[in-house]
Amino acid sequence: MTPLPRWVELGLLPLANISLAFLVAGAVVALIGESPVEAMAVMLKGAFVYDGALGYTLYYTTNFMFTGLAVSVAFHAMLFNIGAEGEAAMGGLGAALVCIALDAVLPGLMVIPIAIAGAAAFGAAWAVVPGWLQARRGSHIVITTIMFNFIAAGVLVSLLSGPLMRAGQSSPQTRDFAEAARLPFLHDIARALGFPATATPLNLSFLIALLAAFGVWVLIWRTRWGYALRAVGHSEGAARYAGIPVPRMVVVAMAVSGALAGCMALNEILGAQGRLVLNFTSGYGFTGIAVALMGRNHPVGIFFAALLFGALYQGGAELDFEFQTITREMVVLIQGLIILFSGALALMFVPALARIFRARAQ
Amino acid sequence: MRLISLLAGAALAALATAASAAEFKPAVVFDMGGKFDKSFNEGVWAGVKQFMDETGVEVMEFEVTNETQREQAMRRMVSRGATIVLGVGFAQADAIDKVAADNPNVQFAIIDVSWLDRPNLRQYAFKEHEGSYLVGVAAAKKSATQKVGFVGGMDIPLIRKFACGYVQGAKEAIAGTEVLQNMTGTTPTAWNDPTKGAELAQSQIDRGADVIYHAAGGTGMGVIRAAADAGKLAIGVDSNQNGLAPGHVLTSMVKRVDVAAYETFKDAMAGSFTPGVRNLGLAENGVDWALDENNAGLITDEIKAAVEAARAGIVAGTIKVHNYEDTGSCPF
Repeated sequence: MTPLPRWVELGLLPLANISLAFLVAGAVVALIGESPVEAMAVMLKGAFVYDGALGYTLYYTTNFMFTGLAVSVAFHAMLFNIGAEGEAAMGGLGAALVCIALDAVLPGLMVIPIAIAGAAAFGAAWAVVPGWLQARRGSHIVITTIMFNFIAAGVLVSLLSGPLMRAGQSSPQTRDFAEAARLPFLHDIARALGFPATATPLNLSFLIALLAAFGVWVLIWRTRWGYALRAVGHSEGAARYAGIPVPRMVVVAMAVSGALAGCMALNEILGAQGRLVLNFTSGYGFTGIAVALMGRNHPVGIFFAALLFGALYQGGAELDFEFQTITREMVVLIQGLIILFSGALALMFVPALARIFRARAQ
Repeated sequence: MRLISLLAGAALAALATAASAAEFKPAVVFDMGGKFDKSFNEGVWAGVKQFMDETGVEVMEFEVTNETQREQAMRRMVSRGATIVLGVGFAQADAIDKVAADNPNVQFAIIDVSWLDRPNLRQYAFKEHEGSYLVGVAAAKKSATQKVGFVGGMDIPLIRKFACGYVQGAKEAIAGTEVLQNMTGTTPTAWNDPTKGAELAQSQIDRGADVIYHAAGGTGMGVIRAAADAGKLAIGVDSNQNGLAPGHVLTSMVKRVDVAAYETFKDAMAGSFTPGVRNLGLAENGVDWALDENNAGLITDEIKAAVEAARAGIVAGTIKVHNYEDTGSCPF
């Protein structure tokens, strides 16, 4: 089959998939007796137009970018990292330990970089173990990373309901970090520069996520290491024959992947919450898999997929506010449809589109 | 003539309700379990529904799905004109504290929290350990094997508090009673995993337990099912679950979150809202054990007498029930 033109494959195809998902979702909304057009309008306004909506959307986008990038790096070596959830949780622990230990001793400007390094290091360490087991012992990485999610959750629970728990209350969470040791909110920066801005959880980590996306692009497509990584992913046998140390590549790829997932904690723990809370990962790690698949494992695609999911999360919450009949389960249904049509059925339209464009070319 | 005055009266009444409804706007923010979790959130929902049915006032509601939405939802409720916002569960404490500080003219209330201090915030705390003590007494008295079980949901201090009160009750009722304990998990899915609940209950039954108390939300449905299937007894939690498997649920440790929700909105509507902490234990009927026609055949006079004696002792202060959250440990 002749390949499709680039703009069709990267632009038209995803658009067709998403439109179909929204059509089906609209039909479901109509079935429960609400107007699909109105619901769509509320969702779009809720994600981009309302006061502060864009801030929330980009805040969610940040989470999905980190986890999506994490999954994609591992995927380039044909490794399915299902453990972004646990790696993010450990990243949160790393960042929190640094902040709690140092925020009273060092100035914030010094604590923040160490905390970022802590988040990345803990996330990486958590991913290296399954990576090593895969490379040296052949334990399947899908199984081990899933199991590591539960272990990470267990570690967090025992620490947060034990030694790290803030005294005098019953919620499993640490004390608040010093204000200076937190990543500044973008609305605070805007206000300092003299612009009015609504308070949202959007913080500096959004820019860090953009930098990370650029970094991943350079790493995968502009370095020898990235070339070797893709070689391992395309054909392990050929890579080994070419002299690439495959086991080491697997371990390092998982380390990079885990570090990126751990950095999700920058947004949640160092940014939005300012303390370590249980369950801050809220499934973002798992949604990261869908984001990476939808974004075709390319940083640009991941950015747009993350933006779409960010908009769905924020706009979906507005739906829940506006319509008593549309519950959060409905919102999950819409998200599920989008994953179904643009992930699992992504290539459904390819034959049809190919026929159209081949006919035109002749 | 009478008809006309009746109609006029009805119209006036309708007008009055409409007017007060315009000023009074209640809102509730459910937590991650969701309002139909068959347990804690659903208990609150029962109170909210009772309030709506009785007064005809609509209550705005939202179910959060992640950490950040708690504060966002409360702020949205306030910006949509809510005059009273009810938060559900200790996880919302920090969010409600912030939003209440920023909106001194709006009233707030939260359930399962007691450590905040705002002039516009009412807090409800329940002495779950006291209620758990009672069902512990009942379990020990009922057990033929001197072994009873406990299945918790997510392993957090609040659930260890249930467990500790239960163990104390069982051991003080009959010295030497063995209590098998299991927590379902460490993630929020532990609240809604009936399959695992059934497995844990089955393993406790295999080890000899014949009465099993669950504090595990939706997971507890599996515990009750497994106990019923094996011909053993379960103890329900939060709401009265005696009817879920009649004859196989010894009793339930009821926690009247519905009363807290109902009372909050009722007080706010009547203008008699007061801030402060309401600590609801056995003496205040905030927690209790459930006796109804479904378990009447299971509760012998001896059990009833023992539980009522324990209840009287706790209310009078002669029995001190250890609160896990005071020390972070359980001495039993």
